[in-house]
Amino acid sequence: MIAALIRYSPLLLLALLWEAAARLHLVSSLALPPLSDVAAAWFEMMRSGELIANGASSMWRAGAGLFLSIIIGAVLGIVMAWWRPVNILLSPLVEIFYPMPKSALIPVTVIWLGFGDGSKILLIFLGCMLPVTLGAFNGARSSDQALVWSARSMGANKLRMLWDVVVPSAMPELLNGIRTALALSFILLVSSELIVSRQGFGYLIGFLGANGSYEAMFAVVLTVAFLGFVADRIYLLIMRRALQWRE
Amino acid sequence: MAGIDTPAVELRAEPWSAGRTARAIVRFVMRVISIVLLVAAWEILARSGTVTPFVLPSLSSVLARIWNDLIAGDLLINAGLTLYRALVGFLIAAVGGIAIGMAMSRSRLANWFFDPIISVGFPMPKIAFLPIVILWLGLYDVSKISMIVVDAIFPVVAATLIGIQGVERELIWSARNMGAQNRELLWQIILPAALPQIMTGLQVALPIALIVAVVTEMLMGGYGLGGAMITASGFADSRGVFAGIVEIAFVGYCLVKAMSMLRRRLLIWHQEAQDPTTA
Repeated sequence: MIAALIRYSPLLLLALLWEAAARLHLVSSLALPPLSDVAAAWFEMMRSGELIANGASSMWRAGAGLFLSIIIGAVLGIVMAWWRPVNILLSPLVEIFYPMPKSALIPVTVIWLGFGDGSKILLIFLGCMLPVTLGAFNGARSSDQALVWSARSMGANKLRMLWDVVVPSAMPELLNGIRTALALSFILLVSSELIVSRQGFGYLIGFLGANGSYEAMFAVVLTVAFLGFVADRIYLLIMRRALQWRE
Repeated sequence: MAGIDTPAVELRAEPWSAGRTARAIVRFVMRVISIVLLVAAWEILARSGTVTPFVLPSLSSVLARIWNDLIAGDLLINAGLTLYRALVGFLIAAVGGIAIGMAMSRSRLANWFFDPIISVGFPMPKIAFLPIVILWLGLYDVSKISMIVVDAIFPVVAATLIGIQGVERELIWSARNMGAQNRELLWQIILPAALPQIMTGLQVALPIALIVAVVTEMLMGGYGLGGAMITASGFADSRGVFAGIVEIAFVGYCLVKAMSMLRRRLLIWHQEAQDPTTA
């Protein structure tokens, strides 16, 4: 507890500086509302349910998109590593689409699916799939030949071998790919909601900013940032747990 | 054949022969066939009338549009501006990130201050801060570039730290033994030894810089590839939107390729046998 306090003391220091700078009118309170006002605005929005309603729709979009990208991306990556023809067919496409800045897809998903949930889910799915695919592919390809051979010599059939040997050895890289996808999903979610949306965190941020209620806007921004941080930390815990068998 | 295929490596330098040419052709066809199929599917689907041209304009019309933009000069201005913002932001993030990473590894004070900021800030979706940055810095390049720097700097700092921490003790000891001063040690031993990791960090940061450049342009409008796309989508001009995607994808592809070429050039002395993961 004390150790954590010392470790994170610079953040407390920044928070204090923020409060002091705003209270002492070193900066305009329009540009930087005092942290305490931001906290008050946060509680107010929680009470009115505004934050929860918008947050729920954001989380649904991110969750659904990420879920699809993990399932389809992982299967695709492992299949690519397992069957050479699939690899030959798909790897040029992966190579072309992987470096593409995913945010370019925002207007297209809107053209295809409109302003609602569908376009965000599609965007997050498309944007997050390739890091997962690549993680699964690299992981599965690097699986130990000796393991594959011994499994085969012990009479494991193809599917069994895929499940018992290739998938576990693909796990570390696959999980790393998913971590990248998790971070990406937040970025895509917030940017697409900022650009076109009628609901969600990003919409709320834009709406509050346009109305000049900056305390509330800061509160939502900090909430999103905090959620992104927490999601990553929880994922790290799960990932360590899932990889414990390797020790 | 079931099994994990290792990429076939041709080590024999065969003399020229018909068989070899044929094999090269087959390999080339295999490499491009999926792209050709995708392009053909796009064109056929768009022309067949199953979907409206608004949902999916034909590839040929999109290419014509790109060509027109190129002739009119818009494309060069937009692509140039996007590249300028992304690259300036990326360079600032690269220099700043390596400097912060170095400072953190050498000074306890810097480490105390930056460590929690990095560990909390890295996983945050920093793009959420964009409206605040606009509020502070206005709608022009300064705020776009600042946003790019804020997003791209974290992977560089993290990679620099990991790289410097991973430098072998023996290397440092022997350099010290041979009388290297602190400064020499840093520039001639530690930084080169950490370079592979640092390059990996830069390779993560570059696509991020481009993503953020496009998003900020979309949000703030004006010139730039992202801004042009949003303008087009505002006029329900889906040909312009798809042209934007192709252009942005092309720019992204070139940047990422250039970066991995730079890596190969810089690390030519290093024993990393294969390409970095994403090529």
